Amino acid sequence: MSATMNAPISGSSTAPALFDLDWRRIGTWGGLCALALILVSLIGMPVGLDRRMIIEGRLSLGYLALLWIPLLFGYVVSKRVVLEGVETPDPGARDVLAGFCTGVLSGLGPVLLILGIDNFNLREPLVNWGPPLLEQLTFGRGTGFGIVAWFGIGAVLGLLGSALHVLPKDVRRVISFVIYGLLSISVLEAVISDLSEGFGLESLTDDMYARRGGLTVKSSIILAVVIGVLPILTKGRLKGATNHYKELQGEERKRASMMLFSGVAGLCIVLPLFLGKIVNELLANVGLFLLLALGLNIVVGLAGILDLGYVAFFAVGGYTTSVLTSAESPFFAPELHFGFALIIVIIMAGLTGLVIGAPVIRMRGDYLAIVTLGFGEIIRLLFMSDWLKPYFGGAQGITNVPPVDLGFAVVTGIDPRSVFYLVLVFCTLAIYVSWRLQGSRLGRAWMAIREDEQVAEAMGINTVNAKLMAFVVGAMMAALSGAVLAAKVGSVFPNSFMILVSIIILVVVIVGGMGNIAGVLVGSFVLIGVLGGPRQPGLLQEFQSYKLLIYGALLVFMMLQRPEGLVPSARRSQELHQEEFLQDAWLKGEDHDTEEAAAAAAAGGSEGTGEQA
Amino acid sequence: MSAEESSSPTALLEFRKVNTHYGAVHILKDVDLAIYPGELVCLLGGNASGKTTTLKTLLGMVTPTSGEVVLDGEVVNHRPTSYRVANGVTMVPENRRLFKRLSVKENLVLGAYLRKDKDGIEADLEYVFELFPRVKERLSQKSGTLSGGEQQMVAIGRALMSRPKVLLMDEPSMGLAPALVQQNFELIQKINDEGMSIFMVEQNANMALSIADRGWVLQTGTVVLNDTSEALLANPEMRAAYLGES
Repeated sequence: MSATMNAPISGSSTAPALFDLDWRRIGTWGGLCALALILVSLIGMPVGLDRRMIIEGRLSLGYLALLWIPLLFGYVVSKRVVLEGVETPDPGARDVLAGFCTGVLSGLGPVLLILGIDNFNLREPLVNWGPPLLEQLTFGRGTGFGIVAWFGIGAVLGLLGSALHVLPKDVRRVISFVIYGLLSISVLEAVISDLSEGFGLESLTDDMYARRGGLTVKSSIILAVVIGVLPILTKGRLKGATNHYKELQGEERKRASMMLFSGVAGLCIVLPLFLGKIVNELLANVGLFLLLALGLNIVVGLAGILDLGYVAFFAVGGYTTSVLTSAESPFFAPELHFGFALIIVIIMAGLTGLVIGAPVIRMRGDYLAIVTLGFGEIIRLLFMSDWLKPYFGGAQGITNVPPVDLGFAVVTGIDPRSVFYLVLVFCTLAIYVSWRLQGSRLGRAWMAIREDEQVAEAMGINTVNAKLMAFVVGAMMAALSGAVLAAKVGSVFPNSFMILVSIIILVVVIVGGMGNIAGVLVGSFVLIGVLGGPRQPGLLQEFQSYKLLIYGALLVFMMLQRPEGLVPSARRSQELHQEEFLQDAWLKGEDHDTEEAAAAAAAGGSEGTGEQA
Repeated sequence: MSAEESSSPTALLEFRKVNTHYGAVHILKDVDLAIYPGELVCLLGGNASGKTTTLKTLLGMVTPTSGEVVLDGEVVNHRPTSYRVANGVTMVPENRRLFKRLSVKENLVLGAYLRKDKDGIEADLEYVFELFPRVKERLSQKSGTLSGGEQQMVAIGRALMSRPKVLLMDEPSMGLAPALVQQNFELIQKINDEGMSIFMVEQNANMALSIADRGWVLQTGTVVLNDTSEALLANPEMRAAYLGES
């Protein structure tokens, strides 16, 4: 409809209106973009990440850290707010021009930086203010070139970003596929090389990736074409398949679910066999944090208790295991088998959950968060203290935790694959438990408490008990993770249980999607797998020093833009659309039942006004 | 239906000289109330007169410092909310307060949280659908997205799901458009006609008294008037203070 509406208008008024842009908007976004570029440069990302290649010799992660910014801002500046009842003009030349202007303006950031570094010495407060950054920003070709180049780059990227709105949907799909695809393949280099080695296909990846990392130019072109074709081929099929799955009923649905499940399970079991040590280590870490995140998801996501001291239970699990299994345990060393220890670990976790939970649970909101934060630190400090040193070894911790002997296999940190399998078992268990709990009476009680505690109480829910249960179940999952950590590392130290662990797990849960198992899964893989845990490196090891910054930025972004997380549950989004439809229908009075109500409203409305008068 | 002053032993829910304190502040002062089976009674009063505290005390969210709360002949002063809900008291909270991010169905089922009889719950769901056919259409929708009137239906439905003997309603007219208030009171009357005893706390005295059998007027924690609706509506004092007439 907009095409017909717009054609005459744009035809007659495009020329004079072309430069009639929203300059204030462009100024704001362009300025912000310039500032963002300066910030990213000065925190050292371009230089620090320059060694990681995305495309050999052409594009490094360092430059990528800068280049995506104008692209994004160009996209944002020309994004249209769709207002109901107001005809949204089709994106056109004006939008692209706005993106272009924003891009040019953003070029000001690096240019100012180049001029600044060239003329002033501010190295003292700003560590990265220096020749390496200048070299990077000017592409090693001198100040003049750099200045011209950045205005040009900004303009082109801003233009491209805004052009995304103008392009037809299919083209946009192809472009996003190519960009995300190439980026993923490059980032997943370690995994893919590992896999190909495992399958005996080294020759393929040897050609694909350059020797010093990154895709080769040739392979990136070939891959771009291949990936670009994918969305055209699969168009609508994926959606069709998921829709088909959703529509399945009863037995058939069950069978499809089983097939899907066994497929995923098989992949989880078989794939690690072909993966190397580094990637398996990574997977094991992801598993450990997934287990933690699943537990916290119950506490925060389902019951709505913002527990910032969750690491305490992780520590309890780790220390209980160590004390019970290690021969080096300073005071009490029964040297139990891991399996027996595990039972006691779970009991201990439950008890700690009760002990910490009982006083805390009566508080609400902010107070609860602060108090749990305190308890988290207290537990770590207790393990570190001289007072408990005879029992837990103080800062030296407990070493020599034996590997887990399962009879048919030994789980040890030297063989990360074995750890992964062990974690996989626990994670599967935790996912099953979470899933069952979610649909249970207790799960509903938790959600009710999360939504409105007082009303939940009025419904007859024993809120204190239910919240304690959430604490205990969460604690048990965390303790399991701690137990595996102890066995994996072979030792525990108080400093493995810093407050940072709590925070990172919380970010995983929030970014993934609170109260949503699939979300937590995705969150763990994306954050822990790619960025890395508090001490564990991820796939992008270069990000190590910027990890917390990125975690923080991501958290802020998600809270503002997508509070439901990366993976809003499919059921929910479907409902939302259905709601919109129903409400529209209702507003328009198409619904038969509502006619009465509408009539009543009309009658009552006059009455109401009469009353007021 | 209107029962007289004499506190007959058949009262469903009763206050006997109830006093409550928030900290040191005296809220309810020697309050006597009684609700008999099948009645629709209302408690009127201005702001800070102790209306909500009365409800909280009835439900066990506030424990009285002296006096007795009697439910079906049993003194329940120290029984928790869950016990009272299980034994027939439920509240429709002020402003409806649904569990917004949960579906309508989940909200309704949560109303029957303390019940274990699956068949009975199913039957009561059907009863709620019969009362409010609109609710059935919205079953899988998140309750926060419903219109105000629909939310009120779900809130009442949720309360009915516990199969109460007496339904407590906190300010049912609060936050609703005039047309919906009218509709809402019709609803309340309809439920009452089906035999449900209702205890309603309201500021909208006119509206409340138009459907209630009896009413109490609470003023700074003390019951100042207690009479049939007709009598209250005719009472000059009452007209001056609460019905907006000089």
